[in-house]
Amino acid sequence: MLHHSYSDAYIRDILRSVRTIAMVGASPHWNRPSYFVMKYLQAKGFTVIPVNPVAAGQEILGEQTYATLAEVPGKVDMVDIFRNSEAAGPITDEAIEKAARVVWMQIGVRNDAAAARAEEAGLKVVMNRCPKIEYARLFGELGWSGANSGVISSRRRRIG
Amino acid sequence: MPSPKNPYGIETLAVHAGASPDPTTGARTTPIYQTTSYVFEDADQASSLFNLQSYGYVYTRIGNPTVSVLEERIAALEGGRGAIATASGHAAQMLAMFTLLSPGDEFVAARRLYGGSITQFTRTFRKFGWNCVLVDPDDLEALRAAVGPKCKAIFVESPANPGGAIVDLEPVADIAHDAGVPLIVDSTMATPCLCRPLEWGADLVVHSTTKFLSGHGNALGGILVDSGRFDWSATDRFPSLSQPEAAYHGLRFHETFGDLALTVHGHAVGLRDLGAAMAPMNAFLTITGCETLPLRMERHVQNAQAVAEFLERHSSVSRVSYAGLPSSPYYERARKYMPKGAGAVFTFGVRGGYEAGLKVVEACEILSHLANIGDTRSLILHPASTTHRQLTEEQQIAAGAGPDVIRLSVGIESVDDIIRDLDQALAAAAS
Repeated sequence: MLHHSYSDAYIRDILRSVRTIAMVGASPHWNRPSYFVMKYLQAKGFTVIPVNPVAAGQEILGEQTYATLAEVPGKVDMVDIFRNSEAAGPITDEAIEKAARVVWMQIGVRNDAAAARAEEAGLKVVMNRCPKIEYARLFGELGWSGANSGVISSRRRRIG
Repeated sequence: MPSPKNPYGIETLAVHAGASPDPTTGARTTPIYQTTSYVFEDADQASSLFNLQSYGYVYTRIGNPTVSVLEERIAALEGGRGAIATASGHAAQMLAMFTLLSPGDEFVAARRLYGGSITQFTRTFRKFGWNCVLVDPDDLEALRAAVGPKCKAIFVESPANPGGAIVDLEPVADIAHDAGVPLIVDSTMATPCLCRPLEWGADLVVHSTTKFLSGHGNALGGILVDSGRFDWSATDRFPSLSQPEAAYHGLRFHETFGDLALTVHGHAVGLRDLGAAMAPMNAFLTITGCETLPLRMERHVQNAQAVAEFLERHSSVSRVSYAGLPSSPYYERARKYMPKGAGAVFTFGVRGGYEAGLKVVEACEILSHLANIGDTRSLILHPASTTHRQLTEEQQIAAGAGPDVIRLSVGIESVDDIIRDLDQALAAAAS
């Protein structure tokens, strides 16, 4: 698929179907973007497993940090990549190996070759987006900060 | 010209954007959340909110649910990424410059602006160490030359109040981007129904929502809309957005919030510290106004066109500055940037100078003599004795507000009544 835009239905389906997210590049520092996203996703009921060789063995937001994706025990639904576009290539291959269903690359991260390999293996791919922003946009919270969600609805929506 | 990505028509956005039914009560009209503050769920949620790690409300100076609906409404109408509502249009301009400039910096502004903007830019902003360089926006070479290394933005108003001059937005945006600075457009007189500057390359739009957006002369307000497209981290010129923010323990807004950086910063730092938040009641009135904006603007421009054509034929009138008239030097530009109409505010010159101008204003029975524009009611003003009196005569003429100039904001009354009232006022002034 083309990755310059995603339908609301595509993103909504991903965010509704995944429960366990491995976050590669998760930081133990509270003022880093990955920490913001991890904390938000935890509050929305997702299990987020941090992956970061520098912080391996430490706890981030109550979760054990692993050095590599392969070391994460159990099933992972989605791999969220907080690394640069080049590093996203081998991480995507590890995500395929780990039998994840979704590879999500953060804002500014895009690797089309890796995306093609993931889609070939049956994974869904999102690039250059943030799951925190997309979750908030689609489930009614993003407008709370003055943002344009692009969503119009005459129905009573569940918030958060 | 890039087309807006939004799949909805502007009339639909004007009614619906940002305003789903209230999730708690099902109220269909946006409730007025007349509250200063919001109970935290627990200590952890409170700290997340203060750290900007989650979305929610803390204090109405920084954000309020009614105000947020208006922000999303206007951001959607303009095709922007986000918006920050403020207490007035002046506060929106203050917020924009506060975000972009540091003491010792400067910005280049068109010399044809609302008189209050010229005063704010050249006098009050100087106290913050922000220098404003005024140039003729039609002289593109002068504009390019004026953008120096300390320049952080180009600011124009289109159409400009009061003279109705229309800025050639595309090349001006190119000049801004070549210099690595954003283009800010005051689009109060156009509204998103007549022109959406972000589609022509502008990066930020400011409005006095007091005018056509609220539309009924009953609610003060302003708004700053961000396209989300400007790369604040491409250089080190915009440290508020690209560098660590000490008050949030070293958080970098652009890195953390991406294309929402300016929107989040505008609330979390700008409104927090400048304090110029919009009142929830004013947001409610402005939301209601926005719902009929497309209908009202159609009638405003229809009436304005008829009134301008009447005045141009009148023997007591020396000239009419309305870009909807073929006699205007801005006629072709209006057809390009504002094909649905050149707005409803324009000026005309009355024979007999300053004294005749005053007489016309005082003789009106239906048109109201007051210092506002964008009301349902038709409004009339003599700028040289009121809004522009703090300027020198040279500045007045440069701003299109010389001594014989009268400004009209044409309302949505029966056009024949507006014309009859102006006709008798011109006759009274000539006798």
